[in-house]
Amino acid sequence: MRGGWNRREGLINGDFILHLDEQATARGGDGSGANGSGTGQSADVPAIRLVGIEKRFGPVFANRNIDLTVAKGSIHGIIGENGAGKSTLMSILYGFYQADSGDIYVNGKRQKIPDSQKAIAIGIGMVHQHFMLVENFSVLENVVLGVEGGALLGKGMDKARSELKRLAEEYDLRIDPEAIVEELPVGLQQRVEILKALYRGADILILDEPTGVLTPAEADHLFRILGQLRDQGKTILLITHKLREIMAITDRVSVMRRGEMVGSVHTAETSVEQLAEMMVGRHVLLNVEKTESKPGDEILSVEHLTVIDKRGVKRVKDVSFSVHAGEIVGIAGVSGNGQSELMEAVAGMITASNGTVRINGEAVDVTSKADALERRHRGMAHVPEDRHRTGLVTKFPARENMILGYQDQKKYGQGTFLDLGAILKETEEFMVDFDVRPPDPNLKAANFSGGNQQKLVLAREMERNPDILIVGQPTRGVDIGAIEFIHKRLIEMRDAGKAILLVSVELDEIRSLSDRILVMFDGTIVGERPAGASEQELGLMMAGIADTSGVADKAATPSADTVGAE
Amino acid sequence: MSAQNAKLPRWVDYGLIPLLNLTAALLVSGLVVLLIGENPLEAVYWLVQGSLGYSEGVGFTLYYTTNFIFTGLAVAVAAHAGMFNIGGEGQAYVGGLGVTLACLALDHYVPWYVTFPFALLGAVLFGAAWAAIPAYLQAKRGSHIVITTIMFNFISYSLMAYLLVEVFKQPGSMQPESRTFLEGGRLPFIHDVAGWFGIKMASSPLNLSFVVALLACVFVWALIWRTRLGYAIRTFGTNPDAAVYAGMNLSRIIIITMMISGGLAGLMALNEVMGAQNRLLLDYVTGYGFVGIAVALMGRSHPVGIIMASILFGMLYQGGAELAFEMPKITRDMIISIQGLVILFAGAMEHMFRPALVRIFTSRSDDLGQEA
Repeated sequence: MRGGWNRREGLINGDFILHLDEQATARGGDGSGANGSGTGQSADVPAIRLVGIEKRFGPVFANRNIDLTVAKGSIHGIIGENGAGKSTLMSILYGFYQADSGDIYVNGKRQKIPDSQKAIAIGIGMVHQHFMLVENFSVLENVVLGVEGGALLGKGMDKARSELKRLAEEYDLRIDPEAIVEELPVGLQQRVEILKALYRGADILILDEPTGVLTPAEADHLFRILGQLRDQGKTILLITHKLREIMAITDRVSVMRRGEMVGSVHTAETSVEQLAEMMVGRHVLLNVEKTESKPGDEILSVEHLTVIDKRGVKRVKDVSFSVHAGEIVGIAGVSGNGQSELMEAVAGMITASNGTVRINGEAVDVTSKADALERRHRGMAHVPEDRHRTGLVTKFPARENMILGYQDQKKYGQGTFLDLGAILKETEEFMVDFDVRPPDPNLKAANFSGGNQQKLVLAREMERNPDILIVGQPTRGVDIGAIEFIHKRLIEMRDAGKAILLVSVELDEIRSLSDRILVMFDGTIVGERPAGASEQELGLMMAGIADTSGVADKAATPSADTVGAE
Repeated sequence: MSAQNAKLPRWVDYGLIPLLNLTAALLVSGLVVLLIGENPLEAVYWLVQGSLGYSEGVGFTLYYTTNFIFTGLAVAVAAHAGMFNIGGEGQAYVGGLGVTLACLALDHYVPWYVTFPFALLGAVLFGAAWAAIPAYLQAKRGSHIVITTIMFNFISYSLMAYLLVEVFKQPGSMQPESRTFLEGGRLPFIHDVAGWFGIKMASSPLNLSFVVALLACVFVWALIWRTRLGYAIRTFGTNPDAAVYAGMNLSRIIIITMMISGGLAGLMALNEVMGAQNRLLLDYVTGYGFVGIAVALMGRSHPVGIIMASILFGMLYQGGAELAFEMPKITRDMIISIQGLVILFAGAMEHMFRPALVRIFTSRSDDLGQEA
């Protein structure tokens, strides 16, 4: 297998587009890998075999000539950058999309999968990235939804209850069947999704980015469950973009790039660096190089900030912190613990119910009105968490997105009319400076890749030379190559003496960029740690445990259950 | 990326697709004409002949076109801000009040060109004011603009009927209408204007408002694509969250946009009240406000598209009347159903041919290396 990888190395290095003949080589290599894993061919029919799967959306190949073999009773990782075609491939397998051509074999039998009903019938279950649960139903009701087994609920529910009990014991998937789903923490909600699939008799389980919403401890727990499922003979397909998860849990890993299968390798025989290189097609620097920070004056100070959302829920509870010139302060936390609301209140997108925010020592009105424009006038720039929802108007061309938030500036035109020439010229400059590809100011934002969209937003905000930059999830859905670039620019900005507040759910990102780390849990800041804090320690804090004085190696495990019990 | 969003050449998007939709509508209409035992080709002949075949017909067609341009622009401006202004009907009706007040007050004393700016202002202000109330309710109270503008149509019917009967009606007259304006309250007809330059044209109700309508198109184009306000309107309309992020004042955008929209609808009264009828009548709007929705849809909310769609609907109105006259078996109701088919194919089913065209136009240009 090692040889198969080396054979392909030549074309992966520096070559972004695979050509057809090389594609054939890749396919050959893949096939040999499959033979390597399944020695006794008659006894070991692969759980899934895909041959020559192709899927096009308009002119774009989402999947091109994909071959994939997944051995029974294994955990098989599928890794690739955003837009590499992983999700499309899994959607084909689960019957959401139809392949334009190619064959699917499940347990050796050729299958047509026109819809998810059929997928379930042949034993394929899927746990989606965004849960498909009825929030105000109980666990039991969610599990039987669609397979009630008759017009009257009673019998089916009783059967489901005993079946759930059996599954819970067999796979360590303990959960209260009567609990209401919306009251459960996300880790347990995910468990309900897994139970749903198992209850429908799934032998092959597809998990799409399952750890995106979990604390490290919860993720560990999930991996133990997956391990048990594998030991009981289930086959698991794990889609992720996190290299470390692949290394931790999978038996084999297949790498996709630009709609094509680059190769499959034994996890034990590969490394994070090698996988990253396969994903991107060139050598990548995974670690950010930076020097010690030299903090200057206090630029941003937040005191006793409290934010209550429209439903009356307290999202941010009495939070205080400050950010100084020349430092990056990172806010870590599992998504949904108040970071978004904190950012939005500070950046002037929503009002806070209480608290003081000072920019350069001057107090800003945060309670009576939300005025993002005023913050910008005071030297604050904001890269929002969700570039599609807030950071860009994706239907607008790049040049119109370049003035979003700065539309009132005099240089874009005196008075009523906009100076289109000035906007165009500046957009061109920004695009060159941030290496946005293609550098076409008239291209709609929607037609740029995720990484280039993010570069558009970053260029717009960072080129204003702000005193303080608030950045949310700067590399979410961004390919590895662009991550490297974005991290470098953020460090450069810090070194130029600017203050940066970084909010990210990627603990790696927080740890590699931040000079100080704040951890948020349930709307409060649990504590502050220096840059060198260990992942375990931060992980515990992300689960709400402030006292990490005795970080034991085993401590991570019970914490997940503590969270679950609440 | 779905077929809906796939890129097509501009001429396909703005030329071929509307043409295909229109052809489909006419084909289905042709079937209807066949069903009642008439010759569809003859019907098409009378439709085109009646609307474009002679000078007077052209005049009538463009006179109807003027109304559609105003109401179409009104819907389009609101649509750019993501709002559905169904109240064009009421705004145009109330706009007539502004025109009438200006004309009644001034027509004794000054020539038409002095009255004209006041009448124009009256139309805009009254139309805008009528739209401002629903806009305020939407901006500050969250009342849905679709519901409130529909309700304001009904309120306008009652209000105007009351005013016509109780205030404007001439003593001794049975007609619920204002007195006829004198010369100083009448916009010149285009055939009169042509006459000043020695060009002979058949007389028709086409008047100077047509020029105002074309200028309004330029105004809307500049507003939407060239000004800061237009940028804010479009940002709010396409992505309200991004508008908040950019620090735009949403209430202000909602209210100003709706007032511009209402003002444009109000201008329709200039054509009817000061141009064609020279008096305020009961129910003179008769559906122009609603057809404006179809016009804006078909014209893709772009002024050029709106002019084209308005001419089409003007033709259907004028040519349809001729058709009903020439072929008695094709009744007025049939004409309305043909208009309905055009609206159906051009508006509601505008994407029907798109997937097929996307396939045709993309199979030729395979470009790889794009992100899925």
